[in-house]
Amino acid sequence: MNEDPVDALVATAPDGIDFDGLRVEVGEDGYTFETPAEATSGLDEAALRESAAADPHVGNWYFWHAVAPQTDARWAFLRWLEGAEEHTVPARYDALADGLATEWGQLQVTVSLDGDYGRTYDLRHVDDAATPADGLTAHEDPLDAREIAKHDDDGDYRPLKTAPSLQTGWQFPDLDPADVVEAVHAFYPATVQNWHREREGELDVDHWHETVERQTGIYGVVRTWDRGEGYEHVNWVAEACCDDSQCLKRREWDYDEETELDVDGGDGEFPCREPCSLVVAAARQWTKLEGEQAQTYEFELTPSEKEQVEEIIDAVADGRAGDIREADVYDGANRYRTRFLRAKLFDDDGNLAGVETDD
Amino acid sequence: MDQALVIAAHGSHLNAESSSPTFAHADTIRATGAFSEVRESFWKEEPHFREALRTVDAEEVYLVPLFISEGYFTEQVIPREFRLDEWDPELWDSDGTSADFATLTADDTGQTVHYCGPVGTHDSMSDVIVQRAKSVTDDPDVGEGVGLAVVGHGTERNENSAKAIEYHADRIAEMDRFDEVKALFMDEDPEVDDVTDFFESDDIVVVPLFIADGYHTQEDIPEDMGLCEDYRGGWGVPETVDGHDIWYAGAVGTEPLMADVVLERAAEAGADVSAAIEQVRGESGAGPAAGD
Repeated sequence: MNEDPVDALVATAPDGIDFDGLRVEVGEDGYTFETPAEATSGLDEAALRESAAADPHVGNWYFWHAVAPQTDARWAFLRWLEGAEEHTVPARYDALADGLATEWGQLQVTVSLDGDYGRTYDLRHVDDAATPADGLTAHEDPLDAREIAKHDDDGDYRPLKTAPSLQTGWQFPDLDPADVVEAVHAFYPATVQNWHREREGELDVDHWHETVERQTGIYGVVRTWDRGEGYEHVNWVAEACCDDSQCLKRREWDYDEETELDVDGGDGEFPCREPCSLVVAAARQWTKLEGEQAQTYEFELTPSEKEQVEEIIDAVADGRAGDIREADVYDGANRYRTRFLRAKLFDDDGNLAGVETDD
Repeated sequence: MDQALVIAAHGSHLNAESSSPTFAHADTIRATGAFSEVRESFWKEEPHFREALRTVDAEEVYLVPLFISEGYFTEQVIPREFRLDEWDPELWDSDGTSADFATLTADDTGQTVHYCGPVGTHDSMSDVIVQRAKSVTDDPDVGEGVGLAVVGHGTERNENSAKAIEYHADRIAEMDRFDEVKALFMDEDPEVDDVTDFFESDDIVVVPLFIADGYHTQEDIPEDMGLCEDYRGGWGVPETVDGHDIWYAGAVGTEPLMADVVLERAAEAGADVSAAIEQVRGESGAGPAAGD
C-alpha cells in the first residue's frame, strides 16, 4: 500500500471504502467522500484529495488497513484497546490525543496518536499508572517482557503467567502496534487469541473430564480421581486454583459439557479454556492424597487454639502469612503465636498433641 | 509462503531458568530473519503446547522439540498436545536415534505442521557437544590428551534415553579428536559418580546432555562426581578429583550452537534456512557446517 494515506485512499477508491463512518466511492460524476459530518459527491481527484487531507477518518482508515497487524485477533485486540467499535473517529481521536488507557489483566495499555495516522502504545503495570517515567525501567524490545514476567516483586518465580503477581517498576513507553501485541503475548500468552475466539463464538473449551481423560505418564493417575461420582472434588480444585485471587483468567471450563461447577469462574477479561498444567500437576498430587482413608484422631485444643489453626490455614492459603507484622501477636497466624503453639503442642517428632499419624 | 518455527520445550513449574535456553536459541534464530515468526512453547509453562499454534499466523509451521531423546514426549505428548491427530510414531521410522520429520495437519488450527525429530538425536548435536568442550576449556583445539564424558539422565522407563547419549559418544569417538570418549549416566550404569574410574586421561571434559541447567546439572551431578560437597558452594573449572582435572560443562543445551541444531531439523523438513545456518554457525564460533 502507498506510504501516504491520501494516495492510498485515491488508489483504493475504485474498490469502494466503507469503514468507521468513512465512505468513498467512484461514480460516473466523480468521487463521493462521506463522513458522519459531511457528504460531498461529484468530486474530481484534486477535490477528493483536499477533503481527505483534512479529515481524520482517512488517517484512521489508513492505520487500520496499512499499519496495524492484519490478522484477526491482533487487529480486533488493538481496536478494542481504543474502543473503536463504540466511539466515532472524532471522539476517539480526542481521547487518543490525551492517551487512552485500558487494562488487560494487570497491564495498563495507553494508546496515543503518533503523527497524523499512527498509534503509539505505552505498556506498564496498572499499579504504576501514576508513576513518572523516571521512576520506571524503560524497555524497547517487546520480548523483554518474557524476563519481566518470570519473577514477582519479591524475586520469586511465577510459574503461572496469569497469576495476579506481575512485578512493577517497568515500562514499554513507545511500542508500535505489532510490538504491543507481542509484549502482551509475552506477559499473557495466547490470551489475545482466546479472547478473540470467544468474541467470535469460537472458543474451544476442554472441560475437566476431557482434559483428565487424555493424561498419560505420571499424570495418568488423575483419571482414577474422576470416576463419574459427582464433581465436588473439581469444585475444590477450582476454588483452590482458579479464583481471581490466584489467576486472572476467567474459567470457562466446567466438569463436562453438561455439568457446571458450583464455583464462580471469576471476572477476568480473558477466558481460560481448559485446566492448565499447574492445575493438572496439583490434581495429580490431590489424587494421591485423596486416595487415603480418613482416620479419627483425638487430641485436645482450647477454643482459641482451634481458631488459631483455622487462622493459620487461612493466612497461608491466601498468601497473607508474609504480611503479618512481626509483633502482631493478636493475629493467630503470627509467627510467634505459631511457634508458641508448636512449642506447646508438638512432641519431639513433630506430632500434633503427641498423637502419631496413622498410615 | 510464510514459514514459522515453533520450538517445543519442557519448561518448569519450579525453576525460572529452565526456559532460558529456549528463549536464547529462539532469539538467535529470530535474528536471522529466516522465519516470519519464531514461537517458544512449553509443557510446563506458557504458552503451553496446546495454545501455541493459535498464536502463529503462518500456515506452514516447523515444529522442533527441544528435547534430548526420542520417546514419551516426542512420540506421545507433543503430537497429542499440538493436536497432530494423524501422527503415528511409524512416520518417523526411527530406531530411537534416526527420527527426521513428518508432515501433518493440526486439528486445532488447520496449519500444516512439519513435525521434526528432537534436537538431541540429530547428528549435528555431536558438533554441539564438541563445541561445548571447546567453550568450557576455552581451547579451540581441545582433544589431545583429554577424555570426554557425555552424560545422560538414563532411565529404565525409556530405552531411547540412553541410546541418544551412546549415539553421540560413538560418533565423537569416531572423530578421533579426544583420547577417550565415554557415555555415562545418572541413573544407570556406567554411572557418572565414578567418572574418574573410566578414564586414563588426566583431563576429563564432562558434558551433560541436558537441555537446561537445573537441579540435575547444577546440584546432583556436580555433587555426585565429587566436584563439591555442597553445590551451593560452587566448584572450579577445572576441579581436581582423584588426580584428574574435571572440566564440567553444565547442560549442553545452553551452548549457543544449539540454535544450529534447531535450524538443521527445520532444514531437513524443507524449511528454507541455509543462510541462517551459515550465520548461526559463524556467530557461535563453530564455523561453517562441516561436511556440507
